Amino acid sequence: MPYKLLKFGFGREFNESRYFEDVQTPKKTYDVVIIGGGGHGLAAAYYLAKEHGITNVAVLERGYIGGGNTGRNTTIVRSNYLTPEGVKFYDASVKLFEGLSEELDLNMFYSTRGHFTLAHTDSSMRTMRWRAEVNKHVGVDSRVVGRDEIAKACPQMDLDCSGHAAIKGALYHNPGSVARHDAVAWGYARGAANLGVDIIQMTEVQDIDVRNGKVHGVQTSKGYISTGKVLSAVAGFTPRITKMVDIKTPITIHPLQACVTEPMKPWLDTIIVSGSLHVYVSQSSRGELVMGSSLDPYELHSTRSSFDFVEGLTSHIVDMFPFLSNVKVVRQWAGMADLTPDFAPIMGKTEIEGFYLDAGWGTWGFKATPISGKTMAATIANDKAHDLIHSFRLSRFEDYELTGEKGAASVGH
Amino acid sequence: MKLLKCPINGTRPISEFVYGGTYRDMPDHEIVTDSEWASYVHYRDNAPGLKKEWWYHGPSGTWFIAERNTLTDEVKDTYLFNKLVEQESVK
Repeated sequence: MPYKLLKFGFGREFNESRYFEDVQTPKKTYDVVIIGGGGHGLAAAYYLAKEHGITNVAVLERGYIGGGNTGRNTTIVRSNYLTPEGVKFYDASVKLFEGLSEELDLNMFYSTRGHFTLAHTDSSMRTMRWRAEVNKHVGVDSRVVGRDEIAKACPQMDLDCSGHAAIKGALYHNPGSVARHDAVAWGYARGAANLGVDIIQMTEVQDIDVRNGKVHGVQTSKGYISTGKVLSAVAGFTPRITKMVDIKTPITIHPLQACVTEPMKPWLDTIIVSGSLHVYVSQSSRGELVMGSSLDPYELHSTRSSFDFVEGLTSHIVDMFPFLSNVKVVRQWAGMADLTPDFAPIMGKTEIEGFYLDAGWGTWGFKATPISGKTMAATIANDKAHDLIHSFRLSRFEDYELTGEKGAASVGH
Repeated sequence: MKLLKCPINGTRPISEFVYGGTYRDMPDHEIVTDSEWASYVHYRDNAPGLKKEWWYHGPSGTWFIAERNTLTDEVKDTYLFNKLVEQESVK
C-alpha cells in the first residue's frame, strides 16, 4: 500500500497538489525527445531520468497524456505468452507492475485475479498445453486446467456455451491482473516530471529533421526543437511518424474496440478470455464488466466505434453468461492498434542514427508499459538494444526471424 | 462505412464483404534482390490516405478493387481488376 495514501487517509486536510507542472513552451534543445505521452513514452522518460541520469528530456503529446491507447485498453496484465522471448519480457513487466504503486507512490489499483484462457477445441487445448510448458520452463505460473476448476472459479459460466462451443479446458495463469490504466500514465508522468522531465501536452510533431542518416531535431506545432535522439512511442500513429523519417515497417492499423456494462455487485473474480468466442471480460473495481473483442476486420486510422462490434461481442458474452442478457452496455470506444504480422512488438534502434522505435503494440501494449519504458530507456542511453528486446528488433522481418506470438497475443485470429 | 458497392451486384451491406489488403505489384521474382523481396513480403504502405484495396463479395465470389480513404473510411470508387489493368496500361 502506498504510504502516501495511508497518510492522506489519516490527515485532516485534503489539498492534493497538481501532478506535474504544465510546461507550455518547450526548450530549444533536449538530449532526448519522446514523441507520445502515453504510458510507454512516459515510462521511458521516467526510467531515462531515474536509471540513466538523463533528465534533459521532453515528452511531446499532441493531445493530453494517457488519452490514446493507454486510456482505451481493457487493463489486463499477464505474461502467459507463447515464445520464451515474449514470456521473459512480459514476466519482467508483471514484476514491475507488482511494485509500481510503491515505486511511483500512487495507487495503481493493481489487482491479481487469475486469468483463464478458455479452450473450446482440441487444437486450442494443444496451444494451451504448449503455452503452459513454455511458461513453466521460463518460471511463470501457468497450467492447463479442466472444466471442474473453471466451474469452481467461475460458477456463473455456462461451460457448454449454449451448447455450440463447449469448453474443454483452459490455460490458467495465476499472476493475471488488472490495473487502473490512467494511474499508470499519471504516475509515470509525475515521477518523470519530479526528476526534471518536461511533459508538454497539446504539442504535435510535424516533421523530424534527419540529415545524413542522423536525427538533428523535430519540428513541432510549438517550434523547432534540436535533439540528437528521438523515441517514437505513438502506437496507432506510428505509420505517420515513420513516414517522416522514411522508414518502412510491416505495421498495419486496425481499430480495436471495447465496451463496459452498467455497474453490478462483484461476481466475477477472475479474468476470462476466449479465443474461439473472440471475447475477454473482467469486472472493474467499479463493478462494470470491461469487455473486448477481436480487431476490426479492415485497415482504418480512426477511433470510431461500430454497432457490429457490440452486437457480435454481446451475443458471445451471453453464450457464456446467459444471465447477463438484461444487462446494459453503457459505453463503447475504440483505439488504433498497430498490428505486426507476428504479433510481437517492434522495439529498439533503426537504420537512422538517433531514431528509436517503440511500436507494433497491436492489442498487447498496456501490459508491457513498465518493461518497455525500462528497456527503451536503456536502449536510448547506451545506444544499444537491451537484451530483453533483441527478438523485437525491426530488422527481424528482413532476416525472416519472426517472433510468432499469434497464439497468445490476442483473440479471434 | 456500412455499405459497399460491389461492381457486379451493386450496393450491399458491409457484412457481405471481406477485406483483402492493399493492392500491391509483385516484383519479378527472377530478378528481385533478397532485400526487395523481404520488403514486398513484410512491409506495407501504412500511412493513412487514399488507397487501392482488394475486397471480396462473399455471396457472389467477386474479387474487386476499392479506392478507399483509410483515414476517413470514404470509398471513392469500386471496379473490377481488369479496369485497373487497363488504367495502368494507358499510363
